[in-house]
Amino acid sequence: MSEFALLYRSTQEAHREAMGSPEKAQQSMTKWRAWFKEMADQGQLKSIGQPLERVGSVVAGKKRTVTDGPYAETKDVIGGFSLIEARDLEQAAKIASGCPILEFGGSVEVRPVLQLGI
Amino acid sequence: MDVPEHLFRREAGRLVSILTRLFGLHNLALAEDVVQDAFCRALETWKFHGVPANPSAWLMKTAKHRALDILRREGTARRCAPELERELDSEWTLAPAVDEAFAAGLDDAQLRMMFSCIHPRLPEETQVALVLHLLCGFGIDETAAAFLKGRAAMEKRIARAKKTLAASKRLFDLGGPAEVAARLPAVLRALYLLFNEGYHCASPQAAVRAELCEEALRLVYLLLEHRLTSTPAAHALAALMNLHAARLPGRLDAHGNLLVLVDQDRSRWDAARIAEGLRQLELSAAGAELTPYHVESAIAAAHARAPSAGQTDWDEIVSLYDLLMRIEPSPVVAFNRAVALAQRFGAARGLEEIARIKDRKRLERYPFYYAAVAEFESRLGRPAKARDSLAEALKLARNPAERRFLREKMSNLASLERRD
Repeated sequence: MSEFALLYRSTQEAHREAMGSPEKAQQSMTKWRAWFKEMADQGQLKSIGQPLERVGSVVAGKKRTVTDGPYAETKDVIGGFSLIEARDLEQAAKIASGCPILEFGGSVEVRPVLQLGI
Repeated sequence: MDVPEHLFRREAGRLVSILTRLFGLHNLALAEDVVQDAFCRALETWKFHGVPANPSAWLMKTAKHRALDILRREGTARRCAPELERELDSEWTLAPAVDEAFAAGLDDAQLRMMFSCIHPRLPEETQVALVLHLLCGFGIDETAAAFLKGRAAMEKRIARAKKTLAASKRLFDLGGPAEVAARLPAVLRALYLLFNEGYHCASPQAAVRAELCEEALRLVYLLLEHRLTSTPAAHALAALMNLHAARLPGRLDAHGNLLVLVDQDRSRWDAARIAEGLRQLELSAAGAELTPYHVESAIAAAHARAPSAGQTDWDEIVSLYDLLMRIEPSPVVAFNRAVALAQRFGAARGLEEIARIKDRKRLERYPFYYAAVAEFESRLGRPAKARDSLAEALKLARNPAERRFLREKMSNLASLERRD
């Protein structure tokens, strides 16, 4: 089994769309909880991970310039991440295809975690 | 822990009311934004960390922080919050005032929002839509669906209505007994319409209907908790809603087919609701005021008390309809009276009474008008006439359940004819 990081990406617009109305928020929440539970029940969820604020700071360059960012309004930003276990990238992507974020115009980036052992 | 059912919808109504009290009606959009932000935050956090033990308190705290941020911002405060003008001068009084608004003003704020929505310059249907949208947290889509209207039309209507509300900065003030008394009848009327929209509405989804009825009930109980709004009429309306809602579980048979009142399995009626309805009916008897809600709930109580359809006291029901015709005559009331008379004196009397209804034309939009005529004709042994009426009813049927109901009547009619 290998480990994969799932990075949940969406634009501010898609994020708001997921909210839509209170009832939509409720449905969206219910779907996410059910999806995480399903992964946990299958023994696929290594760590549920953490949500991230959609804005923060970016430190860049030799001068260590600190700027606001990422720019939540314009770009796809990472709103959180989880760690899962899967046989291979293909299975990991299949697991990710059940993510509710896809219903609201977001995407999931699936990245193998590099391990020390080969 | 799972998300409690309809949590966000219910909290939306509460939070928007409290925030509007702080920011003023002219900043309704700002209040809605704050609620939306709080929900986004909840969604992000809870999906990873689980739903907190007290989700309502969590949402309220999040909204409160955001509200304080906004009020603190230079310049916005004074324009924002008509009710906090004095407290806004210093941080020392602002934070406690906001705390206080969130801690104490919950039901009060919702009640004030309710009265604000029932703006005399808005048409009744818009008032009800606004209550559903702002106090019950129905999104534009859901509000439009509840009224079987298009989304764009509903959006436009609600946006216009919000502009009308914004003309006054403050939420309706419950401090003035005369003002409250003057607007209360329209508020009761709107809740009555909201309930009926659920009870009689054409939406094919039973769930949608039950939700509208539940919301109307929740709101009428808000009225009963306030000294100035818990009038006999409000109790009568609560009685009416309880007694009708009690029958909802009996309206469909095991196959999801509609059942008329006399065919319903009364053991499926909600006994607790009936008891509460009868209790409210008693409370409504205080004072000299007699409203249509009193009479309608007395009729519903007569049905609820009868152990079986055969044991219904039709004399009492007919006399209550007579009374209703005196205080609030309408073709629909006259029609219901005719149906009750038919139960008491037979189908011929029913048809006679229907023929005498003034404005009978207005009934010709309702499938159940033709269905009742068909029923009477069939009982009188005139299947051809019955079939014509059923055909008219079928043309007007608004959802699959009604169509199934009417087709079944049609095939019963056919088998009756064959037997003859």
